[in-house]
Amino acid sequence: MNRTLYGNLIFELSKKGRKGYSLPQNYDRTHSTSELPEALRRGEAARLPECDELTVVRHYTNLSHNNFGVNDGFYPLGSCTMKYNPVINEEIAAMKAFAGLHPLQPAETCQGALEVYYNLQQSLAELAGLSEFTLNPCAGAHGELTGLMVIRAYHESRSDESRTKVLIPDSAHGTNPASAAICGLEVVEVKSLPDGTVDVEHLSQLLDEAGSQVAAMMMTNPNTLGIFEPRVLEITEMVHKAGGLMYYDGANLNALLGECRPGDMGFDVMHINLHKTFATPHGGGGPGSGPVGVRKGLEPFLPTPRVVFNEKDKLFCVNTAATPLATTAHDDSADASALGSVGSFLGNFGVMLKAYAYILTLGRENVKNVGPLATLNANYIKERLRDDYLLPIEGLCKHEVVFDGLADKSTDVTTMDVAKRLLDYGYHAPTIYFPLLFHESLMIEPTENESKETIDAFIDVMHTIANEAKSDPELVKTAPHNTPIGRVDDVLAAKHPVTTYWKSLEG
Amino acid sequence: MFKYFPHTEEDLGAMLKTIGVNSVHDLFADVPEAARFRRDYDLPQALSETDLRLFFEQLTDPIETQQLTCFAGAGCYDHYAPSIVQNIIQRSEFLTSYTPYQAEISQGTLHYIFEYQSMIAELTGMDISNASMYDGATATAEAAMMAWSNAKKATRVLVSDTVDPKVRRVVETYAHFHGFPIQLVPAENGITSRAALDKELSEGGVAGVILQQPNYYGIVEDFTGIADAVHAQKGILVINANPSDLAILKTPGEWGADVAVGEGQSLGIPMTFGGPGVGFMACTEKLIRKMPGRIVGQTLDSRGQRAFVLTLQAREQHIRRQKATSNICSNQSLMALYVTIYLAVMGKEGLREAAEMSYAGAHSLCDKLLGTGRFKLTYPGQPFFNEFCVDYDGDLDALLAFATECGYLAGVKVGEHTLMLAVTEQRTPEEIDGLTDILTRQQ
Repeated sequence: MNRTLYGNLIFELSKKGRKGYSLPQNYDRTHSTSELPEALRRGEAARLPECDELTVVRHYTNLSHNNFGVNDGFYPLGSCTMKYNPVINEEIAAMKAFAGLHPLQPAETCQGALEVYYNLQQSLAELAGLSEFTLNPCAGAHGELTGLMVIRAYHESRSDESRTKVLIPDSAHGTNPASAAICGLEVVEVKSLPDGTVDVEHLSQLLDEAGSQVAAMMMTNPNTLGIFEPRVLEITEMVHKAGGLMYYDGANLNALLGECRPGDMGFDVMHINLHKTFATPHGGGGPGSGPVGVRKGLEPFLPTPRVVFNEKDKLFCVNTAATPLATTAHDDSADASALGSVGSFLGNFGVMLKAYAYILTLGRENVKNVGPLATLNANYIKERLRDDYLLPIEGLCKHEVVFDGLADKSTDVTTMDVAKRLLDYGYHAPTIYFPLLFHESLMIEPTENESKETIDAFIDVMHTIANEAKSDPELVKTAPHNTPIGRVDDVLAAKHPVTTYWKSLEG
Repeated sequence: MFKYFPHTEEDLGAMLKTIGVNSVHDLFADVPEAARFRRDYDLPQALSETDLRLFFEQLTDPIETQQLTCFAGAGCYDHYAPSIVQNIIQRSEFLTSYTPYQAEISQGTLHYIFEYQSMIAELTGMDISNASMYDGATATAEAAMMAWSNAKKATRVLVSDTVDPKVRRVVETYAHFHGFPIQLVPAENGITSRAALDKELSEGGVAGVILQQPNYYGIVEDFTGIADAVHAQKGILVINANPSDLAILKTPGEWGADVAVGEGQSLGIPMTFGGPGVGFMACTEKLIRKMPGRIVGQTLDSRGQRAFVLTLQAREQHIRRQKATSNICSNQSLMALYVTIYLAVMGKEGLREAAEMSYAGAHSLCDKLLGTGRFKLTYPGQPFFNEFCVDYDGDLDALLAFATECGYLAGVKVGEHTLMLAVTEQRTPEEIDGLTDILTRQQ
C-alpha cells in the first residue's frame, strides 16, 4: 500500500473530446434513437467522464494503492473471516463459458454450470448436516432474511399464525434483529450471562411466558464473543418443545468445520456466508453469497428457482415453479408452501464457482482441519496477549477472541486508538466496539491461513502499542501517522452530506 | 501439509504448548459430545490445481456448457465491456479487502464508490445514490419498503403489470413477509393502463407506485403526469430503469420519480448465469435518511485533505438493529467497481454510442423478422429500445430448439406464442441476418 494519498476523482481527469473505447462502425444505421418522441428522451447528455484508456487504467491502479487487502497483509477483522482468497478460483470464475452464460439459457445447454450449482448445494448440506440448500440469497443478511421467510412460511402452512416473535441473544450481530424486523417479526432479546453465553434461565422464562408465540430463535455458535455455547443442545430442545424453530447464523461457521455441524446441534434453518467460510473474496463489501439450508421436512418452503436433478432424464434442471404467492396465509387457491423468490435469477453464480473450487481443492482431507487450525491461531493469540489486553472471559475461545481494550486502564488510550495505531504498523485493525457487551471490545479473528510467524509479529506489535500507550500516549491517540490520510471528520460527513461529485461542486 | 495451511509440526507443538492443551481437538472440549462430528465429510478427495482446472474444463466443454449467440435479455444483457474492466477488477487491493470501515487504509474503495454514486445519480437524474445493492429485484423490493415506511396512512403499494415478473415476484415476496399488500396495475397493449392507475390513485391509500422503463417487454412508456398524480396522493414514485439506456432516455429524475432503482449488469458486468450483478438505488435528497444500504460521503481528514468515508450510518443495522431502514449490511462493492470503470472508460460518448447501436440493431432485426411475414409485433405502435416482442403462430418451442441447435439463443419465450428478443452492440449484422435466416428456415 502506498503511504501517500492519490486523491483524484475520475471527473477531475476528464477533458472534453477524449475517448477511451472503440466500437465497431459497420452496423445497420437505418434506425436511430432520434426516432423516439422527444418526450421520451433525456434533456442533456449525462456528465460522464471523457478520458483516454491509459488515464483510466492509471487512475484505478493508483486508487488501488490506497487500499489494503488480505494480499497486502494480516487482516484480523473479527467476525469477517478474512481468509486467503485463492487465485485459481478467480481464474475458474472468469472462464468464458461461465462468464458468457445467459441465465435463461435452456437447461440442456448448460448442464456443466448446473452440475456445479447442484453439487455445491449437496456439499453444503453435508458440511452443515442439513437436508437441502438454496443458493439464491446474495449475502449473509439476505440469507438471514430468506431463512426467516422459510420459518414464517412453515408456520403459515400449519395455520400457526400467532408465532410472530423471534428470540435473539443480546450479543447477536445487528443483522439478526434487522432481518427479523424486515421479515415482519417482533424481536425479543434473550439476556447473556456474565460469561457471554445465553442465559438459559431467562430463555426458559421467555418460553414459559410466550412460547406459543415464538416463531424461532436465532443463534450464532460460536457466539459473537467467539465462545461455543455449551448448553446449545438444551436450548434447541427447549425451543423445539415450545414449537419454535432454531435458526443458525452461519457468520461464525468457520470455527466448526471438521468438528461440529449445525444440523447435529438441532438447528433447522441456517445460512452460510460463502465469502467467509468458503474463501470467496469480500470485494470491498460484496458480492457475497448467503446460501440457506434446511432440515428434512422444510424443503418445500425454500424459495424458487431451484436447481434439481431429474433422475428420469438424468438432467439437471431449473425449477422455477412460479406458483403465485399466497396473499393470505390460507388462500387455498394458491400453494401456501411456496415462499416466493428473493432474486431475479439463481443467485451469485460467479461466487458459487469460487466456493466450489475451494471445496474441491481442500477436499475431505483438508476441510476438516479448517476449524481446528483457525481455533488454534485464535487461542494462541488469546494466551499471548492477555498480559497487556484485558481478557474479559476466561476459557477456550473458538475462531476469534475478544479483548476489552488495554489491560492498563490508567492511560486514556482507547480501543479506537489501538486500532488506528495498528494501521501504522501495516496491519488491518481488528473489529472494534463489537460485541456491545464490553465498552472497549477488540475482536481478533486470525483464520487458519496465517502462519505462526505472521501471528507472532502481530503479537509483538500489539505489545509495542501497549507499551506506547504508557510511554507516549499522544502518539497512539493521534494515530495513524503513516497512512495516506489521517483520521476523518465523521461528524462533518454526516452533518452536511456530500455524496456526489456534483454536490461537492456546489461548495 | 496443505498449500493453504502454513502450520508445521513444530509450529503446532509450540502453539499448543503456549495454550496448554495437547491437541487441536482439545480446543473443542467444550462442545457437547452429542454435537461432535466424528467422521469424515462425504466429499471428494482434494484436487491438485492441475486436476481442478481439468475438472472445470470438462464441465465447460461445448457439450456440457454451450456458448450461444445471445439474443436473450429479460433482465440480463450481453453487452460489451472493455478489457481493462476485468483487468482492474482483479487487483487484489480491491478484490481482497473488506467493507471500508478503516477509512485511512480504504481510500481506494471509498473513492470509487463516491465516483459510482456520482455516476448513478447523473445517469438517473437523481440527487443521491447509495453504494449499491444486491440486484435490481431486491433494490426494487427495498424501494417498495421505503415507500411503505414513508407513508403515513396507506393501504398498499402499486406495481405495474409491465414490470418484469421476476422483479414483481421478489417485491411480492418481501411485501408479504414485511406485511403490506401489493396491488397490480393492469397493462393495456403492453403498457401500464393509465385509466387503471388513475382509478387506483383516486381511491387513495397508495404508499407508492412502481413502474419500469423500458418496461419488461422493451417498450418505452410515456410517464407524463404520473409523478404529479402520485405526489398528489402523498405517495412516492419508483422507477426501475435499465441504466445503459439512460444515455438516451428521459431519466427517472426527469419523470419526477422519488426513487430510481434497477439492475446495473448492463454496465460492464458479465452475465455469469445471472449473478453477481449489482442493484442500484438513487433518490431525492429528501429521502436520504430513509435510504437503505451504505452511503459514502466526502469529508476532511486530520491533515486537512479531502477524504471519503462511510456516512449516515445511523440508518444501518449495526447501529439501529431492528429499527434500521433495512437489514442490508454488505453492498456489491466490486460490482459497483465494474460499473464505475466501465462508465469511466466508455464515458459520455461511449455509453451513448453503445445505446445507439443496440437500438439500431434491435430495430434492424425487428424489420427483418416482420419482413419474413412469419412474425408480427405483439404490441404494434409502441416505441421500443433494444428489446421487443413478436408473435409466432407456429410451434415456438420447436423454433427455439432449432435455433439452439444452430448455436443461437433466439430470445426468451414470454407467452405461448410470444418471443422476446434483445439486441446489444455486441451483435453483428451477420449475426442478425443469421438469426433471421434460422428463424425462417424452420417449417
